[in-house]
Amino acid sequence: MDAESPQHRSLTWLERYLFSIDHKVIGLQYLITSLLFLLFGFALVSLLRWQLAYPGQPIPLIGRWLPDTLAPGGVMLPEFYNQLGAMHGTIMIFLGVVPLGVGAFGNYILPLQIGAPDMAFPRMNMLSYWMYVPGGILMLLSFFLPGGAAQSGWTSYPPLSIINPGQTAWLIAMVFIITSSLLGSINFIVTTLNMRARGMSLWRMPIFVWAQLITAVLLLLAFPPLEAAAILQLMDRVAGTSFYLPAGLIVSGEALKVSGGGQPLLWQHLFWFLAHPEVYVLLLPAMGICAEIIANGTRKPLFGYNIIAGSMLGIGFMSFIVWAHHMFVSGMSPALSNFFLITTLIISIPSVLILTALVWSLKGGNVRFSVPMLFALAFLPMFGIGGLTGLPLGTHVTDMYLHDTYYVIGHFHYVVVTGSIIALMGGIYYWFPKWFGRKMSDFWGKVHFWGTLACMNGVFFPMFIQGLAGVSRRLYDPTLQPQNLSTQPWNVVSSVAAWALFLFQIPFIVNFFHSIFRGEKSGENPWKATTLEWACPSPPPHGNFSNPPRVYRGPYEYSVPGREADWFPQDEAA
Amino acid sequence: MGFLFSCYVNAMHPALLRFLGLPAQGSSYAHKVDFDLLLLHAGMAAMFIIWAVLMAFLLIRYRRKEGRQAIYESTGGAWALAGGVAIVLFELVIIVTYSIPTWSTISLRLPDEKSSNVIAVVAEQFAWNVHYPGPDGKFGRRAAQFVDSGNVLGLDPGDPDGKDDVVTLNELHAPLGKPTLVYLTSKDVIHSFFIPAFRVKRDAVPGMVSPLWFEPILEGRFTISCAQLCGIGHATMQGVAITHPAEEFESWLKEQSALKDATD
Repeated sequence: MDAESPQHRSLTWLERYLFSIDHKVIGLQYLITSLLFLLFGFALVSLLRWQLAYPGQPIPLIGRWLPDTLAPGGVMLPEFYNQLGAMHGTIMIFLGVVPLGVGAFGNYILPLQIGAPDMAFPRMNMLSYWMYVPGGILMLLSFFLPGGAAQSGWTSYPPLSIINPGQTAWLIAMVFIITSSLLGSINFIVTTLNMRARGMSLWRMPIFVWAQLITAVLLLLAFPPLEAAAILQLMDRVAGTSFYLPAGLIVSGEALKVSGGGQPLLWQHLFWFLAHPEVYVLLLPAMGICAEIIANGTRKPLFGYNIIAGSMLGIGFMSFIVWAHHMFVSGMSPALSNFFLITTLIISIPSVLILTALVWSLKGGNVRFSVPMLFALAFLPMFGIGGLTGLPLGTHVTDMYLHDTYYVIGHFHYVVVTGSIIALMGGIYYWFPKWFGRKMSDFWGKVHFWGTLACMNGVFFPMFIQGLAGVSRRLYDPTLQPQNLSTQPWNVVSSVAAWALFLFQIPFIVNFFHSIFRGEKSGENPWKATTLEWACPSPPPHGNFSNPPRVYRGPYEYSVPGREADWFPQDEAA
Repeated sequence: MGFLFSCYVNAMHPALLRFLGLPAQGSSYAHKVDFDLLLLHAGMAAMFIIWAVLMAFLLIRYRRKEGRQAIYESTGGAWALAGGVAIVLFELVIIVTYSIPTWSTISLRLPDEKSSNVIAVVAEQFAWNVHYPGPDGKFGRRAAQFVDSGNVLGLDPGDPDGKDDVVTLNELHAPLGKPTLVYLTSKDVIHSFFIPAFRVKRDAVPGMVSPLWFEPILEGRFTISCAQLCGIGHATMQGVAITHPAEEFESWLKEQSALKDATD
């Protein structure tokens, strides 16, 4: 953006806050919207967990407000249960964590960290947000459409997803959301490659920028197959095609009138070709945030910068050739499973390298236990559990038993919740002063942290026990199956922990809004950090930097020998 | 290398199984799956403990103290990385050398039809139909156009091979002492055939036939549940696998076949 850009004329309220093309405003729009979706998705599953803990009993308090089509007498119907499950997954992943990690943090922080005045394509950036919003609204409204919301799981396997009600709105909303991500990813790649400040070579970029760049490439390459697949599924529903429907289907005793010739497994291949890289889309920004916070909190250079960046590149590449480990029992040729077993085990090596490098970064540090640091440190062992429990699922022999059990749910929630969301929370506490010029309360931050960490483990650890006992997922009433009775008390533990986790978000929400207006003023660089986002005012003005910054050194020059101050900003001439 | 460990398989102490909370081992290969689970979880626990102890030590040793400066240079990192990778590689090599041969025996190689109890399982919302070829050992033809309420599988009434076929609902009978080979498919949506005690699970996909096998080693009744979301009745979709000594199974099958002849 040059000097003639719109900051020289006064902007209307709409241009400034709603249809802004400033990456910072768009970042904050993404932040607030995605946090609201996270809260809503969490509320859905809190309701669902009532049915798991106390199957068939009326839902207290909320139950009476629910319509009879969903929960007559406050008792949840199976179709409502399935809607809650499918929409929880969809909302958390596509409308919550990805827009938070990429849309919010990437938009706000990435241009600042590379010393750019804005994104390469500001209007496309705005368009990306305004594709995400209608997609999200359509998802929410789908609960009120005839037939309700999608109820075929977030994975939407045909033929079920084609004959079930609710799926059409889901597919249209997904097309919006995917288009939004594609627009964003092109912008991130071009911005990172073309708009870096003088001296900001690729190998001087903060790890967070590496993480966003690789994430953007994954989104750009993985989402188009899903978009195509979603449109094919939409055609199967509305235009009478049968891309995913074989001939001779008989549904409740009636022959389904379709031409046939389709293949249900085609959807699974296309879906998982996206959805496995998607795991790393959820994870890489979180790892990037942890790297930033840990370097700052230990007051020493990150150990193994090249190894972390290189491992992220390795993960990005490998993530495209592991997808069928989700399909070991799908009826796909078992001979193919050996290939995907081996690639899956190989992809664990770069993750181990990143974790080891981050842990070893603590050595020789002067470790401060600030709130962001607590979250970043908790990420390491918690993501460790998530990663390790992936091994028995990525191994075909043991997956044959554990597939589609609670073990899977425990595994990916350890990765995404105690992993990604914990790190993203840390990122909010870390960059909050940059966004609003004020700090969040330390005390309430610590209450939020310890409560959240304990409750998350209370929710998800019992799932491993249930999974090993053979409890399948997505069961409306687990107690209908005799083999689930012995582990049913763990469902109560999980549910109580989930509701407590919900309560522990209240201090966070209050702290967030209170601190915007009343928090302690923080100044430009409250964490005494080295990267470029701390070299401009908080919050940064339109155009970010008064003079284009110049970069003289790597991103984490802390405690450089011979200097009095223990941080050496990237833009400070020696 | 995995096979070095597999000599423990048969001697595996039941306490370990209880520790993982697995159901009884009802099929000939259940112990192989369990051993892999045990191997993996032992390795996972070891790796987690090494990491966690290291991290806790570093956090205590290098916690913030007034007047101390962090050390700019990192030392020993190459060893830490090499150590981490070595542990993981060791674990991965064990997994691969144990799991790939095991997968070959339980999933890639199918038992010979002649020496097996061959059945077809046809899933539908929300039931398991089991189709036995009867004494002639030949399945009657199934086709969609013959399906009605009295002929849920759509057996071709004109096919002589189907005359002695037996169809059961939510009951799978299998003999002890020889493998049961299942040709699995579905009429409507994807289901997943899961017998926890046999450690077997495979999706039933419409338009496709997926073969799987198991050899029961315990006499009794074992739950068959559906492991893939298949609609609003998913949780109710249950069957039972009933295992019999071989002679008892043969007489059961003859009896059912005769019963069917009588009603035709």
